[in-house]
Amino acid sequence: MAQIIIKNIRKEFGDFTAVKESSFTIEDGEFFMLLGPSGCGKTTTLRMIAGLELPTSGEIYLDGEEISQKPPSQRDIAFVFQMFALYPHMNVYKNLSYPLVSQGMARRDVRAKVDEVAGILGIEGILKKPVGGLSGGDRQRVALGRAIVRDPKAFMMDEPLGALDAEFRERMSEELRALHDRMNATTVYVTHDQLEAMQMGDKIVVMNNAVVEQFGTPQEIYDKPATMFVADFIGSPSMNFLGFDGKVAEGAQSVELNGQTLGVPQQRQGADGKLVFGVRPEHVKLTDSGGYRGEVIATEYLGTTQIITLETANGEIKARVPAGQVATVGETVGLGFDARTITLFEQASGQALRSELNHEVLTHG
Amino acid sequence: MSSFSVTEPSKRSKWFAGTLVITYALITMIPLAWIMLTGFKSPADAISYPPKVLFEPTLEGYVNLFTTRTRQTDEFLTANPPETWYEEIVRQYDMVIAGPSKFGERFLNSVIIGFGSTFLSIFLGTLAAYAFSRFKIPLADDLLFFILSTRMMPPIAVAIPIFLMYRQLGLSDTHLGMILLYTAVNISLAVWLLKGFIDEIPREYEEAALIDGYTRFQAFYKVVLPQAATGIASTAIFCLIFAWNEYAFAVLLTSGTAQTAPPFIPTIIGVGGLDWPAVAAGATIFLLPVMIFTVALRKHLLRGITFGAVRK
Repeated sequence: MAQIIIKNIRKEFGDFTAVKESSFTIEDGEFFMLLGPSGCGKTTTLRMIAGLELPTSGEIYLDGEEISQKPPSQRDIAFVFQMFALYPHMNVYKNLSYPLVSQGMARRDVRAKVDEVAGILGIEGILKKPVGGLSGGDRQRVALGRAIVRDPKAFMMDEPLGALDAEFRERMSEELRALHDRMNATTVYVTHDQLEAMQMGDKIVVMNNAVVEQFGTPQEIYDKPATMFVADFIGSPSMNFLGFDGKVAEGAQSVELNGQTLGVPQQRQGADGKLVFGVRPEHVKLTDSGGYRGEVIATEYLGTTQIITLETANGEIKARVPAGQVATVGETVGLGFDARTITLFEQASGQALRSELNHEVLTHG
Repeated sequence: MSSFSVTEPSKRSKWFAGTLVITYALITMIPLAWIMLTGFKSPADAISYPPKVLFEPTLEGYVNLFTTRTRQTDEFLTANPPETWYEEIVRQYDMVIAGPSKFGERFLNSVIIGFGSTFLSIFLGTLAAYAFSRFKIPLADDLLFFILSTRMMPPIAVAIPIFLMYRQLGLSDTHLGMILLYTAVNISLAVWLLKGFIDEIPREYEEAALIDGYTRFQAFYKVVLPQAATGIASTAIFCLIFAWNEYAFAVLLTSGTAQTAPPFIPTIIGVGGLDWPAVAAGATIFLLPVMIFTVALRKHLLRGITFGAVRK
């Protein structure tokens, strides 16, 4: 339905800068996640796309048209609020028909459209009920219904599952994704839940402290983090960071940690000084042959896998290994790292160094 | 053994609380009931000592309230026998009805001025409260304090300046003048109360309406106003009660055309001796509109008082 381009957008509230020069593109039909911790500017960004906030500077293009200063009513974008914001003085039918009435649609057409939407969402039975007594899930469906009823160009969703309990979230997130695919819609979805973002999103923007840290597919974000923040925020447990002092030359395929040579993807960028060796827990193996060693300090059993926490010369490290593998607390074991998956970071800036692995996705530098 | 609950009061304390409330209600009702009863007494019964609780009811007070009467000669009285029931009541004292009294007019003035100023206070107050609640207004806190500060002295303290000002502007003894005056006094209360109510209405409702294709004003009118109905109703009652009962300014600024009922009712005493039943009848009728208005809106009023105390 629509492509949305965000260009150098910035938002200030008095002295406070909520969003700093951010740019990304949401392609037509994408389920696009805005991910970040609370206060990172993701909701403000969403509200600027919808027109509930006007950017201080920068442009927003909806299907090629610059809309950043237009009132929300002229943007044809629907918004699903975190607390649903159903009109409490109206029943379900009136809530659903409200966006159509504003367009001056004929009563008969409104009826037909509302019935169609109610059918899609499975809420035909509650159309006459006041919204006050509805369950969380039904409220959620009515809120979605109010968004899809007028076939908008894009949907904005501000943590729509945040108000639901855990069991129900799972089901609603599937419903949401299915609905998105069925409507062939463009959806922008704000969440602070990295799992939700990975599960549902085609693309993810990770924001922190008012800036876009990285923008890409879930795989790119997970495997090729652009910054230490992204590497830390995504994944549970998150990426291990082993700090070391050293020098990496352009073209190097290994680094030296605590006297041991560890393989890394071929570097496309040299660096010198305080560096960080980043490795995901599932890419850490416990091997007797490994020269790089650590002492087991804790184990967590998770059914099919277990998380082993080890103390090394460069800091604590977690390894995700098969549940059957035996590791005893106090034991010192050798560690092996999957060289192709390693990301090196510059400690001071937190930025990833370019390498064979990630040079295609890094937007900075 | 009966179970003990922290939240549910015991039967005994419920009974005690009930008795207490009913007793208090009865005590506060006694003067009102007395006024209403006095309205149906004859002048002799009204001033009898010890006071009479049981008496023969008569509409004399009400007839006297609504009419002016003159004494007539016996010849005239026999030549013109009484034609109506109210004429008959008056004949007991060898009088005939000369015409309607001013009470009807004064009562109507009270209605126009009371409801007019209430409407204006609520209209302006709601718009101002919405603006204070939703928009970033420079010096909003100072402005709100300034609005409140108009209530920090008794309004009557500025009676003389207002009297002079109104004389200059030609607003003395006019409906418009009294409506403006009562609105000026009530608006600070209206703005503050309504701002509280509107603050409690989540912004998301309006934002949803904006997204749904409505303008800011439509969102206000169609979404915020229905939500604020409770607050508006209770604020309106407070404004009406003030404007309806106000006495001092009414005495000072009105004498004829725009005189309201409160300064008029005591003047009945002067017409033909101390006519307590007529005064009581006037007071009774005067009480009715506010009573009806309050009873009609009582659901809102109760919800209004506890509004915001409990989150849904």
